[in-house]
Amino acid sequence: MNTGKRQKQRKVLLMGKSGAGKSSMRSIVFSNYVAKDVRRLGATIDVEHSNIKFMGNLMLNLWDCGGQDGFVENYLTHQRNHVFGSVAVLIFVFDIESREFQADVISYSAIIRALEECSPSAKIFCLIHKMDLVQARLRVQLFDERTEYIRTASESFRDNVEFFPTSIWDQSLYKAWTQIIYFLIPNAGTIEALLTQLADVIEARELILYERTTCLMVTHVTRGRETENPFTDRFERISSILKTHKQSMSKHTGIPAGSANFAEMQIKTGRFMFFITRLTENTNLAASIPPSEQIFNAARVNILLVRPKFAELDIASKPRPGIQQAFAHSAAQIERGDERSEEEGGRRGNKGKEREVVGMGGGGTAFEG
Amino acid sequence: MEDLPDAEIPVSDVPPRYHTGRLPNSKAGDGKPRLLLMGQRRSGKSSISSVVFHKLPPSETLYLETTTRIKKESMHSFMDFQVWDFPGHLDYFDPAFDVDNIFEEIGALIWVIDAQDEYLEAIMRLNTTILNLQHSYPDINVEVFVHKVDGLSEDYKGDTFRDIIQRVQDELSDHGYENAPVSFYQTSIYDHSIFEAFSKVIQKLIPQLPTLEALLDSLCSTCRIEKAYLFDIMSKIYIATDTSPTDIGSYEICSDYIDVVIDVSEIYGWDRPQENGEGENGHSEIVEIGNNDAESLITMERKGNNYLYLREINKYLALICLMGDDSPAEKKAIIDYNVGVFQAALKKVFPRAEGDPLLPEE
Repeated sequence: MNTGKRQKQRKVLLMGKSGAGKSSMRSIVFSNYVAKDVRRLGATIDVEHSNIKFMGNLMLNLWDCGGQDGFVENYLTHQRNHVFGSVAVLIFVFDIESREFQADVISYSAIIRALEECSPSAKIFCLIHKMDLVQARLRVQLFDERTEYIRTASESFRDNVEFFPTSIWDQSLYKAWTQIIYFLIPNAGTIEALLTQLADVIEARELILYERTTCLMVTHVTRGRETENPFTDRFERISSILKTHKQSMSKHTGIPAGSANFAEMQIKTGRFMFFITRLTENTNLAASIPPSEQIFNAARVNILLVRPKFAELDIASKPRPGIQQAFAHSAAQIERGDERSEEEGGRRGNKGKEREVVGMGGGGTAFEG
Repeated sequence: MEDLPDAEIPVSDVPPRYHTGRLPNSKAGDGKPRLLLMGQRRSGKSSISSVVFHKLPPSETLYLETTTRIKKESMHSFMDFQVWDFPGHLDYFDPAFDVDNIFEEIGALIWVIDAQDEYLEAIMRLNTTILNLQHSYPDINVEVFVHKVDGLSEDYKGDTFRDIIQRVQDELSDHGYENAPVSFYQTSIYDHSIFEAFSKVIQKLIPQLPTLEALLDSLCSTCRIEKAYLFDIMSKIYIATDTSPTDIGSYEICSDYIDVVIDVSEIYGWDRPQENGEGENGHSEIVEIGNNDAESLITMERKGNNYLYLREINKYLALICLMGDDSPAEKKAIIDYNVGVFQAALKKVFPRAEGDPLLPEE
């Protein structure tokens, strides 16, 4: 079986009591809703399926399961094997404001038992949702209490369950989903190794790989001093900045939010330089580099050159000449603006594909002089 | 102006180094333009000032307490000005009040009317105020904010707005005051309209405005820029734009863009200890922030060449350009050059180049 090129379908169940906020978070993360738009959502009837393409051979098969008692009953009886079979991840959403927490946990236990029977190797993520409704000083304590209680009820999954406090009104939602996605990516190691190599070559302080439509972080590489960056939540924050910007762009250009992507964004200041550009068909690469035009230009060219390498890892690796051409075209366009880069690009292009990444190391340092 | 030092100064780590704010109608001396916020109680004066000048999220304004005394705040930005927030119940023309002290250095009188409430009394008081001021201070700009329009339906909003304008103007002309310098704006703190309205109010206080507009116009025509704004970064008020028609949409997109740049800069602009590791040598580490003007650029995918361009002009101002469809990315060099020229010209308009001492006192 040729696993390298085959995309992996990973089944993800999204469950929880009716009104807990499952569909709301799904719409925000995957369908470009803004937090205040979710009021328009109605109740989910039975199961809503969605397929989401991610980087690295990953296809998310998300089952948003309506939480009304009647439906849950049905999942646990008639559809038991259908719903709980071959599940990779169960995401269970608890409403922190729920008045019947005990009942929620009992329903959770029933679902856990079904999961244990049909997919014992599944991983569970519990999201304690709507945290914004709790007073700030009580949040930690309440969260700890709830997680303790839920963990006790998790039976054989006790050690295989993770908890996150979430709210659709801040970046905590992105933090939780980033962890979930990271768990699901089959070849995260390969991607990370490649990114680390790239970061060394272009002297980046930090590289962050984002999925394009959801703006969720896939992975990141941090080098040197940047590890001391006091903003430890910066990955989620950038996710949420990008998402907000996307909304604003789509609102004012009339392009649907799904496709209001920028090709590139650059920010240059005296302290750092930063850019986000498309890496593969469904990922964006954000790079924070030292404030130097030389490093900046070299980094941009090198990222253009490394694209095919990453594209191989990507899910849409069936030969699609259109995309390759588009890359080559945009590369040429950018290089025209910078003679030195063009020269560099030409030389690079002659080298073998395999040696490309290594070769760039030389290129990057040569620029230094 | 003995009370000036007592004004509440917002927390800021950098003391203001310049001030160029000078009013056409201001007296000699270092009077700062004053924005007076007046209106009935609960019309939203303090909310406006908190949202615009203190970046309070609009939803939090519900918890603001009633203002009981005049709140004076100094704003240090491209020009220094003061915002005075008045309690709604004060009678300014009570003989016990030092009217001269209040209205002497005034830049603009902003009268806030709650569009969701009964506004007849508010209009009556507004007119009394205008008529009272007319004799002693005929140069005062009166700006009427028809506020909280977010809660009204589109039709009703327009009707209310027209009704208020009609009533104010009728009553003033009944008293023989024709062509009063009164402007009207529809505002809400839940969208960008309040910033847009403030922008127009502030613009009237900038004597250099025609020069700025001419500069922006020529920048736009040379670089085929669709729309260019000169923003005050801190308050996100724009102090000038080119003279092509403005729509709120392009203001919003630029304002949102500033947020993106500021947020990212906050994350990566942290104070790094002196770096001397590999790869850093050969470049003199820039320690001073703002030494190097920040620059940012967004290229859109779908619309091809359409992109946004931001350039920090000085510590307070940023130029944001919305590029036209026919302005290809290769022209970046031309744009960079012209923006450089624009920046140099602006330095002459606001003489505040690095290293220069403060403006000589008059």
